[in-house]
Amino acid sequence: MKAPPFDYACPRSLSEAIGLLAAANGEARIIAGGQSLLPLLAFRLASPSLLVDIRKVPDLRAIRAGYDGVVLGARVTWSDIESSADIKRWHPLLHSAVAHVAHYQIRNRGTVGGSLAHADPAAELLGVAVACGAEIETSGSSGRRLIKMDDLLLDALSTCLGPDEIIVSVALPPWLPERRWAFEEFSRRAGDFALAGVAIHYDVDEVDRVRDARIAVIGACNRPHRLREAEAFLNGKVAGAQVAAEAAKIGSNVIEPPSDIHAPAEYRRALLAALIERGLSQAATRLPLGA
Amino acid sequence: MRTTFNLNRKSVEAEPEPRTTLADCLRDELRHTGTHIGCEHGVCGACTVLVDGAAVRSCLMLAVQADGCDVETVEGLAENGALSVLQKAFRKHHALQCGFCTPGFLMTAHGLLLREPFAGPDRIRDVLAGSLCRCTGYIPILEAVLDAQQAYQQTRKSMP
Amino acid sequence: MMQSNSYIGSEVERVEDARLLLGQGNFVGDLSCEGVLHAAILRSSVAHGYLKAIDCSAVRACPGVRVVVTAAEIGPTIPTVPLRQDPIPTTAPYEQPVIANGKVRYVGEPIAVVIADTAQIAEDALEFFKLDIDPLPAVVGAEPQHAASALFFETTNSNVSVRLEGVKGKVSDAFARADYRRRERFTVQRHTAIPMETRGLLARWEGDKLTVWGGAKVPFAIRRLLARHLNRSEQDITIIESDIGGGFGVRGEYYPEDFLVPFCARMVGRPVKWIEDRREHLLATAHAREVECELEIACRSDGVILALRGIADVDMGAYIRTNAVTPPRNIAQVVSGPYRVSNVHMDVALVMTNKTPVGTYRGPGRFEVDFFRERLFDMAAADLGIDRVQFRRINLVSSAEMPYPLPTVMPLHSESECDSGDYSRTLERCLSEFDWPTKTKSDGKLIEGEYHGVALGCYIESGGSGPQENARLAIEVDGTVSVVVGSTAVGQGLETTMAQIAADALELPFEKIRVFHGSTNLLRQGFGTYGSRSIVMGGSAVWTAAAELKKAMAAAAARKLGCSPSEVRLLEGRLVGLKGQSIELGEIAGVAAEGSFGSDKRTYSYGTHAAHVSVDSKTGRVRVLDYVAVEDVGRIVNPAGLHGQTIGAIVQGLGGSLLEHLIYDESGQLLTASFADYLLPTMSDFPNIRAFAMQEHRAPNNPLGAKGGGEGGIIPVGGVIANAVASALRSLGAQPVALPLSPPRVWKLMEDGRSASARSPATAQ
Repeated sequence: MKAPPFDYACPRSLSEAIGLLAAANGEARIIAGGQSLLPLLAFRLASPSLLVDIRKVPDLRAIRAGYDGVVLGARVTWSDIESSADIKRWHPLLHSAVAHVAHYQIRNRGTVGGSLAHADPAAELLGVAVACGAEIETSGSSGRRLIKMDDLLLDALSTCLGPDEIIVSVALPPWLPERRWAFEEFSRRAGDFALAGVAIHYDVDEVDRVRDARIAVIGACNRPHRLREAEAFLNGKVAGAQVAAEAAKIGSNVIEPPSDIHAPAEYRRALLAALIERGLSQAATRLPLGA
Repeated sequence: MRTTFNLNRKSVEAEPEPRTTLADCLRDELRHTGTHIGCEHGVCGACTVLVDGAAVRSCLMLAVQADGCDVETVEGLAENGALSVLQKAFRKHHALQCGFCTPGFLMTAHGLLLREPFAGPDRIRDVLAGSLCRCTGYIPILEAVLDAQQAYQQTRKSMP
Repeated sequence: MMQSNSYIGSEVERVEDARLLLGQGNFVGDLSCEGVLHAAILRSSVAHGYLKAIDCSAVRACPGVRVVVTAAEIGPTIPTVPLRQDPIPTTAPYEQPVIANGKVRYVGEPIAVVIADTAQIAEDALEFFKLDIDPLPAVVGAEPQHAASALFFETTNSNVSVRLEGVKGKVSDAFARADYRRRERFTVQRHTAIPMETRGLLARWEGDKLTVWGGAKVPFAIRRLLARHLNRSEQDITIIESDIGGGFGVRGEYYPEDFLVPFCARMVGRPVKWIEDRREHLLATAHAREVECELEIACRSDGVILALRGIADVDMGAYIRTNAVTPPRNIAQVVSGPYRVSNVHMDVALVMTNKTPVGTYRGPGRFEVDFFRERLFDMAAADLGIDRVQFRRINLVSSAEMPYPLPTVMPLHSESECDSGDYSRTLERCLSEFDWPTKTKSDGKLIEGEYHGVALGCYIESGGSGPQENARLAIEVDGTVSVVVGSTAVGQGLETTMAQIAADALELPFEKIRVFHGSTNLLRQGFGTYGSRSIVMGGSAVWTAAAELKKAMAAAAARKLGCSPSEVRLLEGRLVGLKGQSIELGEIAGVAAEGSFGSDKRTYSYGTHAAHVSVDSKTGRVRVLDYVAVEDVGRIVNPAGLHGQTIGAIVQGLGGSLLEHLIYDESGQLLTASFADYLLPTMSDFPNIRAFAMQEHRAPNNPLGAKGGGEGGIIPVGGVIANAVASALRSLGAQPVALPLSPPRVWKLMEDGRSASARSPATAQ
C-alpha cells in the first residue's frame, strides 16, 4: 500500500502556497497533518501530482480564546486544543468534542483545517462548528473570503473550497458562560468514526426555559447540519426528561441516515434519538462555567 | 529528495522519494527496522515513533516532513545498551509475545509518560487503545506501563 | 545426578524478550540481501469469471520492472496445493492452483506477479495490466440451494465439495424416546486470525540451492511440497524461520505465494522479497469460522442429554486449503464438548463459495460448535425449568469415565477420546472465582438503562496434535547445551519453555541452554507448531532426547574421569567422578543425542468460562463487566506464558463474538478490507478478564504429563457471551442465534422483542 508518486513542495508563505496550487490546475493537494490524506494515498483513492506542505507557512497555528470567541489557526492540532487551558475555559463544548477524535497519535498531527477541508460527515469538529455557527477564513488566488459553516459543507467529503483556496482559520462565536452543553457520540470502539453524534448547546432564561437551542448531528447523515425542527421544539420549554425525549424523536425522524456495513439506517436513527436524549439530559444537569 | 533530521539524537540524512513514509525511510534507507509496519493506513500503531517529543504514526507521515525534526525510535530507548525501565517492565509483566506490536506500544507509552508522568490509568488505557495487539490481550501491557510510571515521575520530580 | 531443578512450573522471564524489546527482532520484512528485487501481486478484483487474456505489455515497459509472471510463464501444468492435514482424496479437484489459470474464483486470487527494483515500482506497475475477464455470477451464500446458480468447478457437479459425518451411538432411537427435543439454527460469521505482522517471503537461489526466509509453522512440510513443485530435491532447499509476528493458525501453511516467490526469483536470477500489505492480507490470508448449523438436542425430562444431531454448512471459500478440512472435522467430532452424550450425528457439508479460501484459526471449528451447543443447552435448560449450571453439572463427563470416546468422523476414520480430567473441578472453581451466586442476582434485570446477564460454558481443547516431533541436544564447546527442536516459534515463547524443560531434564542451569528451532537445516525432519502441540510434542521430544543425552554425557565423562558411567555426578555445572576429580561440560563437547516423541492420541485440556455483561437498552452495546476463565492443562511449564496465551485467546474470542466480521456483498466483493472496517479489540474494549490455571490431572500419554494450552481461551467465548446476552434480554424474549453480537444486531433483537410484546401483551414475560 505504497502511495502513488507525487512531487512535494514546502512553501514558506501563504502566497507561495497559493501560487503552487493555482499552477497545478487542480492536481495539487495541501498536506498539513496528513492524517486523512495519507490513508487515501495508501489505498490509491487519490493521486495528486503535487503535495503542498503548509507546515512552514507562518501564523497558521495560533489559538485565541476569550470572552469574544475562539479563533483557531488552520494548523492547530487536536492535542493543541486538548492541552489549551484557555479553550477548556472559553469553549468547553469544543474541548470536550476533541477528546473523541481518533487516537492519541493522530491527535498529535491532525489539524482543524484538515478536518474542515476533508469534510468527513462523522468529524467531531464539524458538529461543533455547525452547532455554533462557525466562520471559516480562507485565502486563495482571488484573495481572502469568509465562509459560513453551512455554506462550506456540500456533501460527504465535499466542500465549496476552490482548488487553490487554503483555510487560514476558523472562528467560533462568543461562548456564554451560563450556557448548557453536551457532546455525545457513539462508535463501535473508542476512537472509531462515530456512527452518530450530537453537539448540543442552549441558553436558558430566568425561569430555565430554553433559548437559542442548537443541536447538530454528525455521523448519521451525509453532511453535519442542525436539527432545526428539534431546536424549534425545545425553544421556550424547560428541558426536562419528557421534553428531551420528544425533541429526540423529532430530531431523529427528520434525518435521512445512510446505511452501511456498520449500521443500517434505522439503527442510526434510533441511535441518534438516544444520543439527543442523553445529551439534553447531560446539558440540563451541567453546571455553568464559574458556578 | 533530501531530508535531514535527528534520529535518536544523531543527525542523519536520507534521500527518500517524496511519497516515502517516515516508517519506510527509517526501515529501508536508515536500516532502523525496530519500527514495524502493520497496516500502512494509520490504525494499528505498530509504526509509532516520537517526532519532536510527540507520539505519531510514522506511516502517516512523509519522510520529507521530518526534515529538521527530532525523531526517536525504539532503538533509542535502551540506556547504554541496557533495557530501559519501561522495557524491563514489559519483560517482567510478560507484556509481549510475538513482539511485533511492541515497539509501537513502547514509544507511545514513553511519549505519553514523558509528557504526562502523572497520567491516571484511565488516561493511559485511553492512549494505548490506539495501538493494536493480537497476542497479549493488553492487560499485561497496561500493568507494565503502570509499573514503569514511577520512574518517569521520579525523573520529572527531580527536574529543576 | 543430585540437583533437582524446577524450571518447569516457574515464571521464568523469556529469553526472546530482550532482542524484541530492543527493536532487534528479525522479522522477514527486516531482512534484505545483496541484489534483492521486490514482488507485487496482481490479484483478481472479480469474484468469479473466465480469465481469457492477460496483456502485460505495458507492465513490462515500466522502467524498473524486471519480470512479469503469469500462468503462461509457469508452464502448461499449474501446480496445485494439496491438503497437509486431514486429507481426503475427493478434495483434489478443489485444490488451489498457485496462480489463476483460465478462471478466477475469488477476489484476491493471484493472477500475476511483477518483479521490480522497488516495492513502490512493483505496485505502480500493477495498474498497467489489461485483463480480459468474462464475469460469472458469484456464489456468496453457503446454503446448498445456491449451488444451482453457478457451479464453479466444472469437473464436479456440485458446490458441495465434501461431506463429513460424525457418528456415535444411534441418534434416531434416542430422539424417538426423548421427553424433550429442540432444534435451532445458528450462525457464526466469517472472521479470522489477523496477526499483527502480515506474511512475507525472501527467496534466494545460489546455483541450484534455494533458501527461503519467512517460513513458519510447518517449514519441513513447506520444503517437501516446494521441492515437488519446483522439481528439486528437498536437500537443495532450506526454509529459515524468522521472528514471527503471530500465527494463530493462518501463517505458515503453503500458500500460492510460497511457490510464486521462489519461482520468480529463479526466473529473474536475483533474490526476491515479497511483503504482504494489510489490504492484501485481509483478502488473501486464510479466512475462517463461517458456519451455519441446525442443531437438535434430545433430553430426558430431568435434563440428562440423550442425543445431539445436526447439519452444518461450512463456507470454505473458493478452494480447499492445506488444513481446511480440520475445522469441519472438529465440528463433526467435538459438538458434545466435555459432556456425556452417547448418541451423536453431525452432517457437515464443505460448501465452496467465491470468497477467500478458509483455513484453521485458533480453536478451528471448536469455537463455532461450542457456540451452537452452549446456546442450545441454555435454551433446553430454560425450557425444562432446570438451572443452567445444574444442567451442565449433571451432563459433564466424570473422571471415572476417562478415557471418554468422541464421535468418529468419516470418511477420515478420525477417532479421539478425552484423555483425563475432572471437568467438574474447573466448573466449581469458575463459579467460585466469578462469584456466581452474587452475580446472578442482577441477571435479567434492567439497572440504570442496562440489561444485565450472566452465563457460563464448559469446553474441551484438543492439543498435542501428532504425529510426532524431533529434537536433538548437543554439548557445545562453550559448555552450553544446544537444543534443536522441530517445533516453530509463533510468539508463544518456545525458546523459553523448551529451555525450561531441557534444564529440568538435564538438571542444568537455565542459562546453559540455547534453543534453536524450526529451520530445516538444523534437523533432518521436523513437524512444527499447530494444534497446540509444542509443549506436548516438542517438549516431550526434548525430554526424551535429554534422557538420552544424560546417558551419553555420563559415558563420555566416565571415559575422561576414569570411572564407570553410573559413578558420574553433576555438581554445579561440572561433571564429577568418584575420586572428586571433575571436568567442565565443554570438555565433552560434541556429545549429542536425538529423541522424538510421537503419538496419535490427542490431549484434552478443559475448562469453564463465565461472563457478566450489560446491554445498553437503547444502543444495544454489550459491555463485558467481568470475564473469568478457569482451565486445567495437565502440567504448566511457564505460568506467565500460559496466562498470556489465555488472556490473548479470550480477547480474540471476544473480538469474534462482538466486533470482527469479514463482510461480502452479493457480487463477492470484500467490504471490510481495512482496519477501519474490520474491527479488532483494543485495550479499552475488554479490560475485565481474569484467568486461572489448574494442573490437577496430568496427561496420561506423554512423559511431561502436559496438555496443549494455546487455544482453550478462545473456544467457549462465543457461547458464553451469547448466552449472557440472551439471559440479559430474556424479559424481551430475545434469542441471539448469530454472531457477532454487534450493537445494531442486539438492538434489533430488543426491538423485535419489544414489538412482539406490544402485539401480544398477554404472552410478554
